[in-house]
Amino acid sequence: MSSHAASGHIDHHHDHTTSTGIPNKKLFMWAFLASDCMFFGTLISTHLIYRLHPPPGSPDPKSIFSIELTSFSTFILLMSSLLMALAVNACQKGRVESTRKNLLGTIFFGLIFLACQVYEFSHFVHEKGLTLSNSTFGSTFYTLTGTHGCHVAIGVLWLILMYIRSFKPADADEGRPWIGKAVVHLLVFLVTIVASMSAMMSYTHIAAEHGWGAVGTFLSHHPISTAVTLAGVIALWALGRDKSTAEFGEANAIDVESMGLYWHFVDIVWIVIFTAVYLLEYV
Amino acid sequence: MDAAAQSQSLGHHAPVADRRPWYFTRPTAKTGLVSWLTTVDHKRIGLLYGISALIFFLIGGLEALLIRIQLAVPNNTFISHQFYNELFTMHATTMIFLAVMPLSAAFFNYIMPLQIGARDVAFPRLNGFAFWVFLSGAIILNVGWFVKSGAPDIGWFGYAPLTSLQYSTQFKGDASTDLWIMGLQVLGVSSVVGSLNFIVTIINMRAPGMTMMRLPVFTWMTLVTAFLIILSFPAITIALVELMMDRTFGTGFFEVSKGGLPILWQHLFWIFGHPEVYILILPAMGVISEVIPTFSRKPLFGYPIIVFSGATIGLLGFGVWSHHMFTTGMGTMATAAFALATMAIAVPTGVKMFNWIGTMWGGHIMTRTPMMFALGFLWMFMMGGFSGIMHSAAPADAQQQDSYFVVAHFHYVLIGGAVFALLAGIHYWFPLMFGRKVSEFWGKLSFWVIFVGFNVTFFPMHFLGLNGMPRRTAVYDGNMGWNSANLVATIGAFILAVGIGIYFVVILYTYFKGQKSGRDPWDGRTLEWAIAHPPAEHNFDTIPVVRARDPFFHEKHLAKDKPPAPPAEPHGIHMPSQSWFPIITALGLLVAALFYSYHHFTGAIAGGVLLFLGVYGWSHEGPGGYHIHLDEHSGDDSSHKAH
Ligand code: HEM
Ligand SMILES: [Cu+2]
Repeated sequence: MSSHAASGHIDHHHDHTTSTGIPNKKLFMWAFLASDCMFFGTLISTHLIYRLHPPPGSPDPKSIFSIELTSFSTFILLMSSLLMALAVNACQKGRVESTRKNLLGTIFFGLIFLACQVYEFSHFVHEKGLTLSNSTFGSTFYTLTGTHGCHVAIGVLWLILMYIRSFKPADADEGRPWIGKAVVHLLVFLVTIVASMSAMMSYTHIAAEHGWGAVGTFLSHHPISTAVTLAGVIALWALGRDKSTAEFGEANAIDVESMGLYWHFVDIVWIVIFTAVYLLEYV
Repeated sequence: MDAAAQSQSLGHHAPVADRRPWYFTRPTAKTGLVSWLTTVDHKRIGLLYGISALIFFLIGGLEALLIRIQLAVPNNTFISHQFYNELFTMHATTMIFLAVMPLSAAFFNYIMPLQIGARDVAFPRLNGFAFWVFLSGAIILNVGWFVKSGAPDIGWFGYAPLTSLQYSTQFKGDASTDLWIMGLQVLGVSSVVGSLNFIVTIINMRAPGMTMMRLPVFTWMTLVTAFLIILSFPAITIALVELMMDRTFGTGFFEVSKGGLPILWQHLFWIFGHPEVYILILPAMGVISEVIPTFSRKPLFGYPIIVFSGATIGLLGFGVWSHHMFTTGMGTMATAAFALATMAIAVPTGVKMFNWIGTMWGGHIMTRTPMMFALGFLWMFMMGGFSGIMHSAAPADAQQQDSYFVVAHFHYVLIGGAVFALLAGIHYWFPLMFGRKVSEFWGKLSFWVIFVGFNVTFFPMHFLGLNGMPRRTAVYDGNMGWNSANLVATIGAFILAVGIGIYFVVILYTYFKGQKSGRDPWDGRTLEWAIAHPPAEHNFDTIPVVRARDPFFHEKHLAKDKPPAPPAEPHGIHMPSQSWFPIITALGLLVAALFYSYHHFTGAIAGGVLLFLGVYGWSHEGPGGYHIHLDEHSGDDSSHKAH
């Protein structure tokens, strides 16, 4: 994961080197993540303390959780980490197009994760009767997973900003409407997301009824969202094939890399939460 | 990064016309209001911190005087119980978060980059942001004085269930507790952001040759403090989030009726709160470790031991929080373990005392004003340490807890320790910051009046505490045997106030009319003394090359050969550009937090949008920068804007 060669020269204005050779932004991110560890550590311990001292009448988590959905979204988040790593790698090699595609993929998976969480929350509230305030379990569960969700959402926002920036043309005189293009791109992206998200949710519904293999039932029930999703993906692929030189390049690898550190961290934290909050209930 | 900055950092030097839209044009004013609002210069930010901290120090002092007047005589009716509660809450909150911490931050900002030979901190705009966020938090905390709800009245520790909706609205029915929550939350953002910046700066921006074991001790303590902040603040952040959820969304984290555990608040609070007391004292220890060698004309005795004991204090600080909870019934094992760990912390602290004394041993001690304050520190911090060890014995603490004995303890460490050291630091670095020197007579006078006033105020409190007088009570009966000691303490408080008054007048006078100090008036040892007084915007004309632990002293008096040539800066000195976005972003946070305190969610969202716009603009504006070219013959600065 060494990127010193690629990124040393863009750090802190003119300093071609730092005392340690580690870029400032990377060090900053590491220190921030150390702080964030304590942040999640406190939240997770709060949750565990209340699980060890459940007040009378506390709900049984096993009767609330749908472990299949959560496992699915965990898998999705892990895959997003893979794409993030590929994006960093591509950027370090100066392959802007590939960086963009992988960034988009990361955003996409991040959004699916968020959608699963929204679905999960509303499902728990409306069908399982678990609210923020009717038990300490609900309080700690929603606060902990919600805070993690906020981290993912911030990550997605950051990815999107980075993605837009990657279209900024290198030549300031060219004056192409790069922001306009980026916005069109994002709009297509948004439509695709919404379509695929609704498809995804319907699929989990159908899966709940007919089992996870019922793809045929699904396709026949939701042709529009499926078609829009497909068309969107193709359009995105076409738009991303921007051959003109962008300002974005190897020099930005450190930006992408520190964003990646954040993203991987949020992923790792989710694994811990998944284990401590969900899986532990089943042992 | 914008195109210009990039081409430049890649080594091409094509002049690029600035064709960015108006809202991305960088402010360039060097004087006047705008220059201060948009500054990214660590020295100016340090001054902003220092001035605000001193103002809040006076406000906190005023609150203390009102408390002492109320307690001067038994059965006093000078102020209401409600107002008394607000006063002691705000006094402690103000002194800790708005006076001592930002005063330390002032020195971190101003002095630390100079000590390591850097041109600025690693992220200059973020540094400005941290200051404006600090000011926002301070405003939110103090809003209560001006609105019907009154100020927060829950103690600086905010114990559950005082903060529950039920109790906190019983008397006032309003937002004072929410203001406290949001105020602390915002201050936490400022501290963490600032500390991350200092950590990167110290680790990455040292001058060539400045190894970690050559770092000045003040810089070392800055580093340890910054780590303490980033690792302990998350605990209180989460505690405050949970409390906020309890109050806004009806959760039951600390609500017994809902199955919540009020004791959990105490754990989370003190996991933050105990490291916090070291956040307050370590910078002070850093200042003392600079002052004593300079005025003993000897290198610091046992430098590595001072550094390691500082780091050890930081580490151990995380394992002793429950000594604030000995009387909550944690159980014998837990109590014993925390008592032992607490006693252990006295070891590295004591080691430091011996190092300072060892430094003075056989030195040519010059009793200048900063040194007087440092000597006062040694004496009183030792007393505070002794009473600390007395608390760490759980059975003894069972008697002392929540009595005035504890009040005496923490004032000896906080005023006698932290504040004395910071007052020493102001005197010590005043010539550097303003090129003027405080008169020895008036400086020493202020020291003696403060010293006497302080001891007259707080020494009797040991006896009050041992005689059973509880803290946080607005009135006491005349038959308890507490009358004379209380009266003495109040008289002492006024002497102390006079001393602080003299101190401030002297400092102000010196700033405007004081005698010019000339360069390096104390024959300093560390790099900050090597530059102009007051420093130029770019700090160092050439980045120094470090060859010894006391680099400046070494080159002045000890080096036999010529110092090596400093590294070349072919394009001139590159300085970061000013920016509007830090203050805009902080303003967004202020608006959001303030509206949230009043549960006014539309306003909060509006603040959030402003915050987002600030961040967006910030990231698209790029770091920018311009060059300063030094004219080799005249030494004059001629700067031109690069982009
Ligand atoms: C030798 C080192 C120290 C030891 C062994 C020590 C020990 C203790 C103990 C056991 C308590 C709890 C007393 C009680 O509430 O019954 C306490 C309270 C306190 N200490 Fe220390 N202490 C030390 C140094 C410091 C320092 C350096 C500071 C601050 C700069 C400090 C600030 C405080 C404060 C503010 C409280 C009261 C907190 C509250 O209840 O509001 N102490 N100390
Ligand atoms: Cu403590």
